[in-house]
Amino acid sequence: MTNNKENINSAEVKKELLKQYPPKVARKRDKQIVLIKSKNEKTEEIQANVRTIPGIITQRGCCYAGCKGVVLGPTRDIVNLTHGPIGCGFYSWLTRRNQTMPDGPDDENYMTYCFSTDMQEEEIIFGGEKKLKKAIEEIHELLNPKAIGIFSTCPVGLIGDDVHAVAREMSEKTGINIFGFSCEGYKGVSQSSGHHIANNQLFKHIVGLDDTVKGSSKYRINLLGEYNIGGDAFELDRIFKALDIDLVSTFSGNSSYDQFANSHTADLNLVMCHRSINYLADMMKIKFGIPWFKINFIGAEATAKSLRKIGKYFGDADFRKKIEDFIKKEMEEVEKVRVEMEAKCRGRLAMIFVGGSRAHHYQELFKELGMETVGAGYEFAHRDDYEGRRVLPNIQADADSRNIEELTIEKDPGRYNPRITDEKMKMLESEGLTFSEYEGMMQEMTNGSWAIDDISQYETEKMIELYKPAVFCAGIKEKYIVQKMGIPMKQLHSYDYGGPYAGFNGAINFYREIDRMINTEIWKHIEAPWKKRPELHAKYVFAS
Amino acid sequence: MIIDMESRKNNIKEGLDNIVTINACKLCTPLGACIAFKGIQGCMTILHGSQGCATYIRRYLISHYREPIDIASSSFDENAAIFGGGANLVKSISNVRRQYNPEVLAIATSCLSETIGDDIEMIVKGIESEEKIPIIPVSTASYRGTHREGFYAALLASVKSLAEKKDESSHINIISGMLSPEDIRYLKAIAGEFSDFVLLPDYSETLDSGSWGEYEKIAEGGTAIEDIRSMGSAAGTIELGGSCGLVSTAGKYLEEKFEVPLKNISLPVGLRGSDLLINSLSKLSGKEIPESIKKERLRLLDAYADAHKYLFGVKAIVYGEEDLAVALSSFLSELGISIVLCASGSNTGSFKEEVEKSIIDFDESVTHIAEGVDFEKIDEIAAELEAEIVIGNSKGYKLASKFGIPLIRTGFPIHDRFGGQRIQHVGYKGAMMLLDNIVNAVLETQQKNSSVIYNYM
Repeated sequence: MTNNKENINSAEVKKELLKQYPPKVARKRDKQIVLIKSKNEKTEEIQANVRTIPGIITQRGCCYAGCKGVVLGPTRDIVNLTHGPIGCGFYSWLTRRNQTMPDGPDDENYMTYCFSTDMQEEEIIFGGEKKLKKAIEEIHELLNPKAIGIFSTCPVGLIGDDVHAVAREMSEKTGINIFGFSCEGYKGVSQSSGHHIANNQLFKHIVGLDDTVKGSSKYRINLLGEYNIGGDAFELDRIFKALDIDLVSTFSGNSSYDQFANSHTADLNLVMCHRSINYLADMMKIKFGIPWFKINFIGAEATAKSLRKIGKYFGDADFRKKIEDFIKKEMEEVEKVRVEMEAKCRGRLAMIFVGGSRAHHYQELFKELGMETVGAGYEFAHRDDYEGRRVLPNIQADADSRNIEELTIEKDPGRYNPRITDEKMKMLESEGLTFSEYEGMMQEMTNGSWAIDDISQYETEKMIELYKPAVFCAGIKEKYIVQKMGIPMKQLHSYDYGGPYAGFNGAINFYREIDRMINTEIWKHIEAPWKKRPELHAKYVFAS
Repeated sequence: MIIDMESRKNNIKEGLDNIVTINACKLCTPLGACIAFKGIQGCMTILHGSQGCATYIRRYLISHYREPIDIASSSFDENAAIFGGGANLVKSISNVRRQYNPEVLAIATSCLSETIGDDIEMIVKGIESEEKIPIIPVSTASYRGTHREGFYAALLASVKSLAEKKDESSHINIISGMLSPEDIRYLKAIAGEFSDFVLLPDYSETLDSGSWGEYEKIAEGGTAIEDIRSMGSAAGTIELGGSCGLVSTAGKYLEEKFEVPLKNISLPVGLRGSDLLINSLSKLSGKEIPESIKKERLRLLDAYADAHKYLFGVKAIVYGEEDLAVALSSFLSELGISIVLCASGSNTGSFKEEVEKSIIDFDESVTHIAEGVDFEKIDEIAAELEAEIVIGNSKGYKLASKFGIPLIRTGFPIHDRFGGQRIQHVGYKGAMMLLDNIVNAVLETQQKNSSVIYNYM
């Protein structure tokens, strides 16, 4: 199978990606496109989390999308009320394919509903607080939910509506826990600012409200940054149940208000999507003493590795043996399928441009199929997601980041409990279990591949043209343009109507799906542009 | 969980009902403009606002059309939100030009730029001569109107920016409504039988193209700029839809400014709607109706007769953009279907009148008409109506599944079925296809609900 990476002069690639831009734009993009060097050379630093240049077509969404759509969206029993004109609420209405499983048929589940104040011109001119209050009153009378979140859209901040004051007032009046999010779309540079705002408000208004220690297991964890796309959480639930691990709360796939309120009683936080949820992990560490480490349940090997980390943390030999036995059993089926699929996929190239963690995590699955990820990048991540948290002290906050509130957190006088002793933590660290750390995506990528932050539509096309990968992964906005070029495109936001891909069964699903995608007959019938005009491409290729 | 809203609403305090919009039956204004602008050849759209608007609208349109759709953004930051977005807009225009080399740029506003009062017409005037390509500005605040108003506003802005009066021409303008690419293809084929024509907006290719042999930055197809320019010199305009509550439309503008006679008809769905279109085309072109079209009409009539036994008295709920809901009501009433509820999320004030006009033997004790409603209100009204079928876009799935009745998908958005962009609504052929779907949905339900095994119906 052809692997175009070997034939390409990487210096030319960058030139090609940048040549269409005006000099200023090219200079900026230059810093966001980084060639991965070999382990003994130093890879340049990458610029990330900076504003997209107007007119460059980006994958990125807005602050509101990160707050309401991503972090709060998957929780079933909080009424999410969009304060604004209708579009924002409508477009975030169940579009992420988060799944949820209420305990019973009568349990609250508002996820299939879309609540909006549907602001009209009158409210833009005279203010929308009155309508917002009435809307809350109506929700209270109609549904009496445990909690209501108010999500601000662009006009709200500009016309001076104070959603937090309304939340306080209506909370007193109705007895419902009501909180506002100042997540106007123009704040920050991408969804990322919305994640941070969501983390802050969840922490301030829900986490820690219920101290009851529930469940019977010794192993009580929270899973942070898992959003139950395509049923991922259900597969992880299966694994945790089999290992007698109590999942106290997930932020926020398949989650409920009560789980959030109780989450500080867990003894360990596992961080999956570092970008969207690391704030909560840090705040829970400081206030309640819950340690966190990074795990990844995407990829069978990665899942096994993550489970072993949990075993190591809780320490007892029986538990660790149980985990080993479980992995062994699960891997039998996984290996059977993997070997079969690897034979058909090995040596091919993949590209992943998505999210704040997925572009990293999914490289694991491709590795298991013998495929190399030749280009990867995030839509809304920061430098630490690329280069690891060790660069955190060197990140200069720009105007966009400074506008997002950083909460000052202190130890909870009554409830702080460090879970494990400093000595134990040091010992575990010496054994390779690092806490409050994330190594980032770039260290796992191969020499000669590319990390590209906030890739533009134009660069996407160029990368595909140059490398002709066997599969390209991104979101629905990129899907059809890639497929027009005769390249299969896998959506890693919504999973292309498939999934789950997490855990062991998820890995099996993914192997099979990638094989089906890249080896189907259809692509042979679609003539890619470069097949028609090879001279366009020859110039990037070394004489062979 | 399905919340039983009816019983809950009985207990609600007076003056509160319907303050909060639950499951809206409308989308936002700039989305409609983006669809319309996809129908202009070589056009790139920039949304003047925060980048989330462009991203959300792209992802939503793409989930319906399953085609690449590029929409740029002027990507407001907090400074722009406070001090105005003019500089961002100018920068975005320059970058889009460089990357896409468009023939024309369309600029639609968002809630954000409208709230702060950016005057895009002024900004555009300032740079248009420099940029040397036409720029179409349109005001599309989402707190004013719905996606349907945005669609028609974009068409009006396009002819305002481009149309001119040159030498008189014999061609006919067809200004289409919010229809599918398949509808547009059909309209073009039909119009071609009668006369030279310009159809605006023509997204029949740009929003439903084949596999591309060669990479296209801007999808091929669309109404050519020269053709839009020539709309001011046409022999006449047939404008589809847009009669509900719009002060001005592209057709009205061409009539007022260039004295191009206007025939405004509702979307040509069903027999009478199609007759009106065909007769208007025949009249304007002075050409006889071709045999092939006459045959199509007779075939439809025959199918009406055949279907009558299945459909007569069947109770239907129909909803959607006003134009489509009106046109579908007209069609359904031709079939003998009893429309128990006709609803729309927009609120122009003239919907009721239009629906009443469209339904044969309208009876207000049978048909409820609701405008400015959300799906919870539709659900509430529908509770007592014993509807047997629902006709509308994918968002009515919940309603249909609650009552256990079939949903026949029409219009936009359709994201829970395949091929939404290829549903044909207009013309005799479109009516025939809808008819087949409706009859088959009714039969399937009968079959499913029957205790004996029927396979001969």
